[in-house]
Amino acid sequence: MSEIERHSFDVLVIGAGGAGLRAAIEARSAGKKTAIISKSLFGKAHTVMAEGGAAAALGNVNSRDNWMVHFRDTIRGGKFLNHYRMAELHAKEAPDRIWELETYGALFDRTKDGRISQRNFGGHEYPRLAHVGDRTGLEMIRTLQQKIVSLQQDDKNNVGSYESKLKIFAETTIVELLMSEGRIAGALGYYRDTGRFVLFEAPAVVLATGGIGKSFKVTSNSWEYTGDGHALAMRAGATLVNMEFVQFHPTGMVWPPSVKGILVTESVRGDGGVLRNSEGRRFMFDYIPEVFKSQYATTEEEGDRWYTDPDNNKRPPELLPRDEVARAINSEVKAGRGSPHGGVFLDVSTRMKAEEIIKRLPSMHHQFKELADVDITKEPMEVGPTCHYVMGGIEVDPESQQSKVPGLFAAGEVSGGMHGSNRLGGNSLSDLLVFGKRAGEYAAAYVDGLSERPRTTDADVAAASTAALDLLTEQPEEGAENPYTLQHDLQQVMNDLVGIIRRAGELEEALTRLAELRKRAANVKASGGRRYNPGWHLAMDLRNMLTVSECIAKAALERSESRGGHTREDNPGMDPNWRKVNLICSLGENGVVLKRQPLPTMPDELLSLFDRSELAKYLTEAELADFDRIGGGGEATGGDESGSAPAETESEAVGMVSASEHPPTADADTPDGDAVDDATATTGDATTKTDDGNGDKA
Amino acid sequence: MTTRHFRVWRGDDEGGELTDFDVEVNEGEVVLDIIHRLQATQAPDLAVRWNCKAGKCGSCSAEINGKPRLLCMTRMSTFTADETITVTPLRTFPVVRDLVTDVSYNYEKARAMPAFAPPADLKPGEYRMQQVDVERSQEFRKCIECFLCQNTCHVIRDHEENKPPFSGPRLFIRAAELDMHPLDAREDRKELAQAEQGLGYCNITKCCTEVCPEHIKITDNAIIPMKERVVDRRYDPLVWLGRKILRRDQIKN
Amino acid sequence: MTSTSAPPGRPRAAIAERTLRTDRWWLAPLLTFAGLSAWVVYATVRVFMQTDYWVPAYNYLTPFYSPCVSLGCVPEAAHFGRFLPDHPLIPYAALSLPFLLLFRLTCYYYRRAYYRSFWLSPPACAVPDGHGKYSGETRFPLIFQNAHRWTFYLAFVISAINTWDAVLAMWNDQGSFALGLGNVILWANVVLLWCYTLGCHSCRHIMGGRMRHFSKHPIRYRLWTFSSKLNTRHMLFAWLTLASLALTDFYVMSLAAGWFHDIRFIN
Repeated sequence: MSEIERHSFDVLVIGAGGAGLRAAIEARSAGKKTAIISKSLFGKAHTVMAEGGAAAALGNVNSRDNWMVHFRDTIRGGKFLNHYRMAELHAKEAPDRIWELETYGALFDRTKDGRISQRNFGGHEYPRLAHVGDRTGLEMIRTLQQKIVSLQQDDKNNVGSYESKLKIFAETTIVELLMSEGRIAGALGYYRDTGRFVLFEAPAVVLATGGIGKSFKVTSNSWEYTGDGHALAMRAGATLVNMEFVQFHPTGMVWPPSVKGILVTESVRGDGGVLRNSEGRRFMFDYIPEVFKSQYATTEEEGDRWYTDPDNNKRPPELLPRDEVARAINSEVKAGRGSPHGGVFLDVSTRMKAEEIIKRLPSMHHQFKELADVDITKEPMEVGPTCHYVMGGIEVDPESQQSKVPGLFAAGEVSGGMHGSNRLGGNSLSDLLVFGKRAGEYAAAYVDGLSERPRTTDADVAAASTAALDLLTEQPEEGAENPYTLQHDLQQVMNDLVGIIRRAGELEEALTRLAELRKRAANVKASGGRRYNPGWHLAMDLRNMLTVSECIAKAALERSESRGGHTREDNPGMDPNWRKVNLICSLGENGVVLKRQPLPTMPDELLSLFDRSELAKYLTEAELADFDRIGGGGEATGGDESGSAPAETESEAVGMVSASEHPPTADADTPDGDAVDDATATTGDATTKTDDGNGDKA
Repeated sequence: MTTRHFRVWRGDDEGGELTDFDVEVNEGEVVLDIIHRLQATQAPDLAVRWNCKAGKCGSCSAEINGKPRLLCMTRMSTFTADETITVTPLRTFPVVRDLVTDVSYNYEKARAMPAFAPPADLKPGEYRMQQVDVERSQEFRKCIECFLCQNTCHVIRDHEENKPPFSGPRLFIRAAELDMHPLDAREDRKELAQAEQGLGYCNITKCCTEVCPEHIKITDNAIIPMKERVVDRRYDPLVWLGRKILRRDQIKN
Repeated sequence: MTSTSAPPGRPRAAIAERTLRTDRWWLAPLLTFAGLSAWVVYATVRVFMQTDYWVPAYNYLTPFYSPCVSLGCVPEAAHFGRFLPDHPLIPYAALSLPFLLLFRLTCYYYRRAYYRSFWLSPPACAVPDGHGKYSGETRFPLIFQNAHRWTFYLAFVISAINTWDAVLAMWNDQGSFALGLGNVILWANVVLLWCYTLGCHSCRHIMGGRMRHFSKHPIRYRLWTFSSKLNTRHMLFAWLTLASLALTDFYVMSLAAGWFHDIRFIN
C-alpha cells in the first residue's frame, strides 16, 4: 500500500461542525498538530441548520438564571435519563464557551445594555438562548471557521506555513478507524474529488460526525447525517448509548414534497405562531393532557396574553412538549382535519405585523417564500413532524469525552448521554462547544501521556481500502443492488416502523426487514469511476446507516416504556425502573449486540436541586426513600419548582409502584411494566410527560 | 407528473459536453430534486455538490440556463412547460467533475484576510455592543458562502489573470463586516481592502448583489461603503484638510 | 483554509456557448444605452444653443443654464454675476455643467449603467465581458472615479443654486408673487434633484456611514437612515432627474421660444 498518501498528526478530528471545529481549536491551542476531516466543504456542516440559539445561563435577560436552573431544566427535559455529570458540566461551562465566541468575532443579538440577548425556548425556565435572528448555527460555524483561519494565520506568521499545525481536509470521508493493540492508531479516508485513499496516522481521534437522520425518510438532516461516527466507533470497539431516543420535531415543512421535513423553527411558536386545523380551530387547546392543565392556558385569550405578560398568564398549548404537539398534529390529520398536504396550519400572519415577522424570523420567511411560494406574513404555513436529532450516541467519559477505546473521543450529536431521552432546544449548540472543547483538550492530553505512537498496519489499510473498492464497478453489473434504491428502502423501513410512535410488532418487523436489507447491501455496487462518484460514496455510507439503524430498532424494541424521544404505543407510561437503565449497543461477532447497563447515579447535592414531588414521578420507591434519608428538596436560586413540574395522576403513581417489584438490572429480562401499561392505557402516554423540551436543533 | 427536457454538463478537466436527459418532474420540485432523480435512475455517478437542500449551506451552486443559482432554491415552476433546462457547473472555478467545481480560490482568499482582532482590554464576557451597531455587520454574516457572487463577478469570471490580485465580493463583505464591527481592533482594513484585496478592480456593476441568494446588498452596503472609506483616507479634500488642521485620525502604516 | 488534493491550475469546464442565458439579457443594456445617448444628445444641443433659456415674464431659468455666469447671459437671468467670456463653445453655465456631468459620471449608479451598456464590461451578469483585459478602477483614468466625493460637494452647492432659481421664480417680472405650471415643474425638478443628491452613496457615507458606532451619534444615525432610504432608490432618482431636467429645460425653452404659453394659477 505504499502508493497511499500518508499524513501524520497528533489529533485527528473527524467532522467539521461546531463540535469538531471547537475540538480542533483546543487541540491546536494545546500545541498539537491537528487535522480536521470535513465530509463536505469547510463551513457547510449541519450546524448551519441550527436556528433558535445556544442555551447558556448567562443571566443577561433574567438575572435569576444560573447553572443549577439550567442543569435542572436539562435533566427534566431528558426525563432524568441524562448522564448527570455531562448535564452538570454543560450547564456550568456553557456561558464561558459562548462568551469565548465573542472574542472570535461572533455577533449575537444584543440586549439594551449591550450584552448578549437571550430568548425563551421550550423547557427553559428563563430566557436562555443566545441567538442571531433565526440563523444562530450559521453564526457559530462561521465564527469557529474564522477562528481556525486566524490560528492558521498565527502559524503562518510564526512558522511560515498556514498548515503547519492545523490542516483541513475538505470533502474527505473516513471509511475506517485503524487500531493498534486496542488503541487508536489512525484512520483511512478518501478524497471525494479524486476517489484516492489517504492514510492519517494519529494516536488520538475525535469523532464529531453528527447524527443519523438520513436513515429516516422525513428528516430535517442533510445527506451527511449517515451515522458515520457511530458506526466507525462501533467497528473500533466502542459502545453506543441511548440509541432508541430519536427526536422528532413537530414542525417540519410538508409541502412541496421535495422539501418535506425541512425544519420550521420552534421560534415561530415561541414568538406567537398558532396551530390550526382545516376548520380554523386552534386544536392544541383540545390536547392539553390532564397533568398539564395547571400550567397551560385553557383559553385563547389567556394564551395570547402570555406572549406579552408571561408572569401573570399561562403559556399557550402550542408550546407543549414536542411529543404532545407531534401527536396532536398526527391525530388531527388522521381525523381528516389536516391541511391539503397532510399537515396542519401554523400561522403567524394574523399574529404579528409583516415587518415584525421578517425581522424576527427572516430565515423562515425566506425559506417559505422561496421553496413553497408561501408568504408567511400573509398566509399560514403547513407543517408536520420530522426526524431531527438523535439523543443517543457514543458512550463517553463525561470529563474527557473519551470512549471505551483509548484514544477515541467523541463530541456533539455523535456522543450520547448528555441529553438523556430528550434534548431541549438550544442545548445542542452549547453541547457542541462545551464538549467539543473538552474532547480537544483531553485528546491533546492523551497524546502527551503516550510513551510511543501506535502504528497502523498495512494489512488493516489494505483491508479497509479493499472493502471500499469492492463497492465500485466500472460498468454497471447485472443484478447488483442500486445504492439509491437501497437507501430509499431503508428510509422507508425506519420511517414506517421505527418512527415517532412505535409498537413491538412493528419493531420486530423492522429488524427482519433490516436483516434483509443487510443481505442486499452485500450486493451493492456503484458504477462509474472513482472521481467524485456520489453513488459510490452512498454505497460506503449505507453500511454505516444499516448498522446504526439496527441499533436504534433493537434498543427501541427492548425499552418497553415511553420516555422522551421514544414513544411506545404498546407501553405508554414512563417506568421508574427503566429510568435506571441505559441500553448499550456494540458490535459483536455476529452483528449488533444490545445490553443493559445501570445509569450512573446522580449525587445527592444535584438530586436535591429537585423538589420531591417532581422526583416522585421519575424515581422508584427505593430511590425516593434514599432521597428522603438525605433530607433532599433544596432549591436552586431562583427556581420555580411548582410551576414547571406537573403533578402526577394518582393511578399512574400507583402503577409505577407496582412495577418496582421487578427492578430491571443489567442483563435482566424486560421489566414488568404491564401493570403500568394497564393502569395508563386509557389515559394514554400523554399523561406522564413533564414539561420537556420541544427543542429545535439549536 | 410531467416529463421535462434537461441538458446537464457532464465531463471533467479533460473536456465534456451538455448531455440530454428526459426526466419526470413532480409538482413543487426544485432543480436539485431533478438532479437527484437523474442520479437515482439514469446517471448514478452524476457528480453534484449539495448538503442542506434548504438554501442554508450554500453548497449546490451551479448555473441554470446560464444564470448562477442555487440548485435547491430554483423551483421547477419558474420555468415554462416546454422550456429546456440547462444545468452547468460554475464557470469561474476549475471543474472537478460534472457540476462540481474546485472552489478553493475562495478559501485561499479568506485565509489571506486578517481575522477579527479582539480588543486587548476586554475579557470574555465583558463585550458590550449595541444592537444598532452590530446590525450592519450582521447583514454580511448572513453570507452562506455559496460563492455565486464570486462566480458571477466578471473581474475574475472573464479575466483569470485577475485572480491573484482580486479577492472578490465575498471577501469585500468580510472586510466591511470587520471594518464595521464595533469592537474590531484593527484600523487598517480599508488600506488592506485597497492594497491587498483589489477593491479598485470592482466597477460596481452589481452582479454580485443580483445573484446573492441571501439578498445581501453586497454593492450598496459593503463594497461602496468600503470604497468610500478608502476615499476618506486618500481622496477626500475636506477630510484631508480637517485631519491636517485637527491633527487627528492619523493613518498608521 | 482548506486543502483538497486538487493540483493547482486546473482548467474550467469546457462549455462551448459563451453564455447559456435564455432570457432577453441584452434588453436592459440596450435601453440604458438608448436612454443615456438620447439625453446626452439633447443636452449637448441645448447647452450650446445659448438661447431660449430664460422666460423674463415669470423669471424661469432652465437648469441647463444655471447659474448663468457668461457675459452673454441676459442680465436678469444672471443671479450670480457675469464673468465668463461669451463664446459659442463656452456654455453659459460653464461653471456648473462640467461638475454636474462629473457628478453623474462618477455616480455609483451611472457607473454601473454605462460600464454595462456602453463599455460592455460586462453587458449583463454571467455574459462575457466585451474586453480582453480588465483592470477596473485601479489605474488612470478610472481611478478618478474616486473623485465622486469632490463632485458631490459641488453638486450639493449646485442643487442649492437650482433651489434658489426655483425660489426666485416665485415672483414675476412685476415683483409680485406668482404661480404657474412652470413653477410646479421647477419645484418638482428641484425636489427630485435633492432626492438624487442626498441619496448619493457619498452623501450616505458622510452622513454617518463612515462611523463604527451609530449608538454614539444618534442624530447622524438618523441622517444616515434617511439617506439610506433615498439610496435604495438611487437608480430610480437617477433616471427621474434625467427626465425632469430635460422636461424642465424643454418647458422653459418652449415658453421662451413662444411655442406655447405657461398655464398660470396665480398672476
